[in-house]
Amino acid sequence: MKRHLPRLARIAGNTALRALPTAVGIVILGFFLLQLAPGDAADVWAGEAGGAPAQATAAMRHHFGLDRPLGAQLAAYLSGLAHGDLGWSARFDVPVTHLILERLPGSLLLSATALVVALVAGVVLGTLMAAHEGRLLDRALSVVALLLYSLPSFWIALMLIVVFSIRLGWLPSGGAHTIGLPESGLAGLADRLRYMVLPVLSLALFYVAIYARLVRVGVIEAKAQDYVRTARAKGLSERRILVRHVLRNALLPLTTVAGMHVGAMLGGAVVVETIYGWPGLGRLAFEAVMGRDFRVLLGILLLSSLLVILANALVDILHGVLDPRVGASHAA
Amino acid sequence: MPPEPAAAALTPGTPAAPAVAAPQLAPVAAPAPLPAAPAANGLLATLRRHPPALIGAGVLLAIAVLALAAPLLFPGDPLAITGAPFLWPGTSLAHPLGTDSLGRDILAGLAHGARVSLGIGFAAAGLGLVVGIALGALAGYLGGWVDAVLSQLIEIFQTLPSFVLLVVLVSIAQPTTATLSGAIALVTWPMVARLARAECRSLREKDFVLAARSLGYGHLRILVHEILPGALPPIIVTASVLVASAILMESALSFMGLGDPNTVSWGSMIGQGREYLRSAWYMSALPGLAITLTVLALNLLGDALNEALNPRRKGTRR
Amino acid sequence: MSAPLLSSAAATLARPRSIAPLLEVANLRIAFGRQEAVQGVSFTLHEGETLALVGESGSGKSLTALSTLDLLPDGAAISGGTIAFAGADLAGLAPAARRALRGGDIGMIFQEPMTSLNPVMTIGQQIIEALRQHQRLSRRAARTRALELLDLVRIADPHRRIEDYPHQLSGGMRQRVMIAMAVAAGPRLLIADEPTTALDVTIQAQVLELIDRLRRDLSMAVLLITHDLGVVGQWADRVVVMYAGRTVEEGDPAALFARPLHPYTQGLLAASPRLEDSHHYTSGPLVEIPGSIASASGQPGCAFAPRCPQAAAACRIAPPPLRQWAAGRQVACPRVLPEDLP
Repeated sequence: MKRHLPRLARIAGNTALRALPTAVGIVILGFFLLQLAPGDAADVWAGEAGGAPAQATAAMRHHFGLDRPLGAQLAAYLSGLAHGDLGWSARFDVPVTHLILERLPGSLLLSATALVVALVAGVVLGTLMAAHEGRLLDRALSVVALLLYSLPSFWIALMLIVVFSIRLGWLPSGGAHTIGLPESGLAGLADRLRYMVLPVLSLALFYVAIYARLVRVGVIEAKAQDYVRTARAKGLSERRILVRHVLRNALLPLTTVAGMHVGAMLGGAVVVETIYGWPGLGRLAFEAVMGRDFRVLLGILLLSSLLVILANALVDILHGVLDPRVGASHAA
Repeated sequence: MPPEPAAAALTPGTPAAPAVAAPQLAPVAAPAPLPAAPAANGLLATLRRHPPALIGAGVLLAIAVLALAAPLLFPGDPLAITGAPFLWPGTSLAHPLGTDSLGRDILAGLAHGARVSLGIGFAAAGLGLVVGIALGALAGYLGGWVDAVLSQLIEIFQTLPSFVLLVVLVSIAQPTTATLSGAIALVTWPMVARLARAECRSLREKDFVLAARSLGYGHLRILVHEILPGALPPIIVTASVLVASAILMESALSFMGLGDPNTVSWGSMIGQGREYLRSAWYMSALPGLAITLTVLALNLLGDALNEALNPRRKGTRR
Repeated sequence: MSAPLLSSAAATLARPRSIAPLLEVANLRIAFGRQEAVQGVSFTLHEGETLALVGESGSGKSLTALSTLDLLPDGAAISGGTIAFAGADLAGLAPAARRALRGGDIGMIFQEPMTSLNPVMTIGQQIIEALRQHQRLSRRAARTRALELLDLVRIADPHRRIEDYPHQLSGGMRQRVMIAMAVAAGPRLLIADEPTTALDVTIQAQVLELIDRLRRDLSMAVLLITHDLGVVGQWADRVVVMYAGRTVEEGDPAALFARPLHPYTQGLLAASPRLEDSHHYTSGPLVEIPGSIASASGQPGCAFAPRCPQAAAACRIAPPPLRQWAAGRQVACPRVLPEDLP
């Protein structure tokens, strides 16, 4: 592993260098979105106060610093961000940062679990499909994949609730854990897992289809490669060839693609969390929209973008770990 | 830099797979003839060859006809109350798909909703295609600082989580059909642009472009006449994917109540049915089925288009 | 050579040497569905000798080699004839036994060393994998043996190279690694399918010389598949010429080059540029064989007849059988060996 460090460091460095202008761009874009929002903090304050005379609103505006020139406001905004200050939530009456950090773990848990479930299921299905290429199982699973890929996630969430919560009563239809039950220990864990099944399924099904198709093609192509023929000529068993040679190469594109989906999953979580009442950033976004709390919305946008950047960086490094050709300074 | 993903891995082709070409085995004397690569203008012939694509095209056509004919088949306001509430599908001839909580006809809602969903879907996809192709082609063909700036812009938009950005945009602007289409287009253009950029970049190096330059053709003419015709096929493949994702996004927004409040959309119908999952779950099930069918049809078409326009070499099977 | 290598070489030398052929291919036929690609190939290979299988692309020589190891591509299958290794008919072996042959008693190397090695595994891992498949070795012992093998195939600095990935090696070195993997278990037969075609000319000689040295030191037989007559002349003990899935001529290289019997062989030799006195570059245009390799099926007679300058009516009636012309020389041409000769 040691000899890989300079290469991995090089990859990490490149990623960071590329991410920097993107992060800056997003931050500035956020500022301009803020300017475009109908009504500013002073209007919100006036609304919360049940109406206020124009003069009082103007004074409040001045107090918030909202009548300063754009450049000054931008500077204030940026310096606030540098200190982790995302503004104040009028709707919830707490700092936005506090609100977001409180809900972040929930979203991370949901999205990460959904991603893992989708990857595992996708790999299993895709390998099965490739093994039976052209035959009945492959065709049947391809149809299933196409179907899963066409389902709206919020609709399947509702239908899952109808089937598993309402009709069968097996799983809860919302929330994160049973109130009153201990939150820790094995019982608590099992309880929490029960609440996670439907939300994770709703989020993951779409991606299972994508990964299954990707793995299917990857395995089929890998099996046709020369090094598989060499492996056979060495007398290796088919199972060993599949695991050590075919899959190791076929799964490489999966890492890149999965990284790209972090952002999409965070977006999909908005609806799924809302439906299941899951305490995460997604539901917070919904509440913010309903409550016209634009600062919270913007904070969620910025944070999730940051998460995407981090995920991409991790994926780049992971890719470098798995594929020794990436980032190599051309030797020999 | 992760390899350029074509159509974001939504198509069966694996753009990110390492392209290690298997060298030719000593070709066996005249094996069974390979199927002829279909020409681009043999599109209809290709569709005929793929029964799933035909089914997809057929379904899509049927839904489009329904959408267009909605005002004729179901005159009047779909939000008007026309019968008793909570009629189950199949129980009343006047309301073949039942009625909702207020007594509004579901079938009429589906038909009118089709107009909205398909309309926004195609408008948003069309706008996204135009913007994406334009910016992507410029970036890929011109290179230099134009490419650097546009690429950075594409990167920024692709980093922003699409649906979150969409929610933000929709909460800024008043939700009308037009603004929804525009917002969705704003979220989907980067994918098209990336693809267009990659295609134009590779085509710009080709000899026929050099020949055109030497004949004195201007950049715009070269771009439009020489490069785009070659770059378009893979981009066309993503068109169906674009429409499908636009429909999904619009329905998600309407479901959450962020759509146009004056229209009936499939998403809003699902949203209204959410409270009645226990008793009248058909209210949410039917519009969702409509969405699934439409998106499925689009995906089938997309798969067929992909096979037609991106012929995959059946690599030497060893 | 290091001590462990000497002992393994001694072990192989101690194997009872028989005069029975090591590999016996009789009337082998291989088909893709209904299309026959190999239509009756026969040859024998004895221990310690190098047999060259010569022919152009499409002659079926690679398929013949792949069929011995049951490595035919999808859709191809043996449709007739037999292959016997060390006296045992391969078709009668259980699948497990056939798999044990691969990399065990029969090793094979291929044409493209770059794509024939797994790009995400180190060469050490790939050699060790081959070793441990056929011998019970601990990880440490396998690694030591792998280092010895790298030394055997003359790769410099094996301690560093063993951790390298294929893309860090040159083409010649990769082919040496392939050879190391193929001989890891001390095979009795090494099949080399166009081992040098993808390599630089200067490296080609080194690799062929390595194969020949290993043949002597490890007491192997070599089945060398090539389209390069120069390679045949320099390294083969016997040569079999194939055309369109059939054997057309067989014999000792020197004799064959001095006096090619079959019109195809004659054409091949005439078409290859040589620096000998009688064939200088300035002596005129290269002679070419007109036409191209025809479909192997649908030809009632000799497959070469459409391109043969000596073709007669009798040639198009039935495919000529391979018959002995002299001791150690066989040819399948009715113009050379009239059918009615005893």
